[in-house]
Amino acid sequence: MVTVDARGLSCPQPVMLAKQAIDKGEFPIEVLVDTVTSRENVRRLAQRLGLKVQAEPSGDGFKVTLDK
Amino acid sequence: MGPEALAQVLRPLKGMFPTAAYPNLIVGLEVSDDAAVYKITDETAIILTLDFFTPVVDDPYDFGAIAAANALSDVYAMGGQVAVALNICGFPPDLPREIIAEILRGGAEKVAEAGGALAGGHTMDDREPKYGLSVMGLVHPDHILTKGGARPGDILILTKPLGVGIITTAFKADVAEPAHIQAAVESMKKLNRQAATLIQQVGVRACTDITGFSLLGHAYEIAERSNACLRFYADKLPFIVGARHYADLWLFPGGTCNNERAYSHAVRFADTIPEELRQLLFTPETSGGLLVPVPPDRIDRLLALFAEANHPCWVVGEVAPGEGIEVM
Repeated sequence: MVTVDARGLSCPQPVMLAKQAIDKGEFPIEVLVDTVTSRENVRRLAQRLGLKVQAEPSGDGFKVTLDK
Repeated sequence: MGPEALAQVLRPLKGMFPTAAYPNLIVGLEVSDDAAVYKITDETAIILTLDFFTPVVDDPYDFGAIAAANALSDVYAMGGQVAVALNICGFPPDLPREIIAEILRGGAEKVAEAGGALAGGHTMDDREPKYGLSVMGLVHPDHILTKGGARPGDILILTKPLGVGIITTAFKADVAEPAHIQAAVESMKKLNRQAATLIQQVGVRACTDITGFSLLGHAYEIAERSNACLRFYADKLPFIVGARHYADLWLFPGGTCNNERAYSHAVRFADTIPEELRQLLFTPETSGGLLVPVPPDRIDRLLALFAEANHPCWVVGEVAPGEGIEVM
């Protein structure tokens, strides 16, 4: 499991960090974010790339899990 | 601040200054618009507006010029001309004076280009630099352009391309190409003065400028106040080179999501409109162009005037009976 901690960052930073991890090709990836906006943007990026996406509350924010 | 949060905090103030008690306040909080308008005689009304923000580009002169062009634009969107402006400044105490001087020079030169005078201002210490203007403009009370003046049959024109918001976001993320940034900066620095003069020459009733609430958000305000539907043709919408590419990379700022949340209930997209284009149309713009509903009998003359002046102008849609926004 690869973890990308994007908490405290505002868009588009979480999307860019997630994309960097996706480009490396190691799955699954969990992206930690702390706003609904970041969660939705990471989710949509992954959907566009044809990945499986699951988002769930985690701590004060969300955990978005990406897999092939 | 997102449009939903803003509407919520302003709601308690709306009833405090009713038209009945303030008959000379032609445009105020009750039916908000691009700027406030206050009538002082039957021939003259003053337009009041202000806007300021944190740097969108690295060059201090460009930042000052962009912030000023953006603030001055509200006067043009109301149909007026710029008279006087005051600086609004917040600067870190350790920011070098030559940088501050360049920001102020960029702003002052825009005010001069607008035909107005810079007459003062206020500065405070702030952790992040902020700059903008408070502007007073003048307009004949009969020639005020509001968001409520669109009629079915009007043709929608736009006077600057879209996309500066996503390009400046890509720039902040260090992935924007210099040529794209340069085009966005030139677009943001350009005054809406000439476009405003040309639309007044043929006579229009409504106008707004495209800024933080995005094309669709500002269009929705026209649709709502005019009780009409604004219909855009996606293939006619102009974008600065690079904007569509950064949208493909999903480099949207947080403001895109705020606008989508606030306005998507009113927007109907054709199935053929791809997701990244929808998001792009919800993306905040800075110092954008004028969006003008033009009566159909005046559109040919207006397009000829823009062509003659060598000023860009795109026909992007039409006003139809109904409500909300359509993108097809």
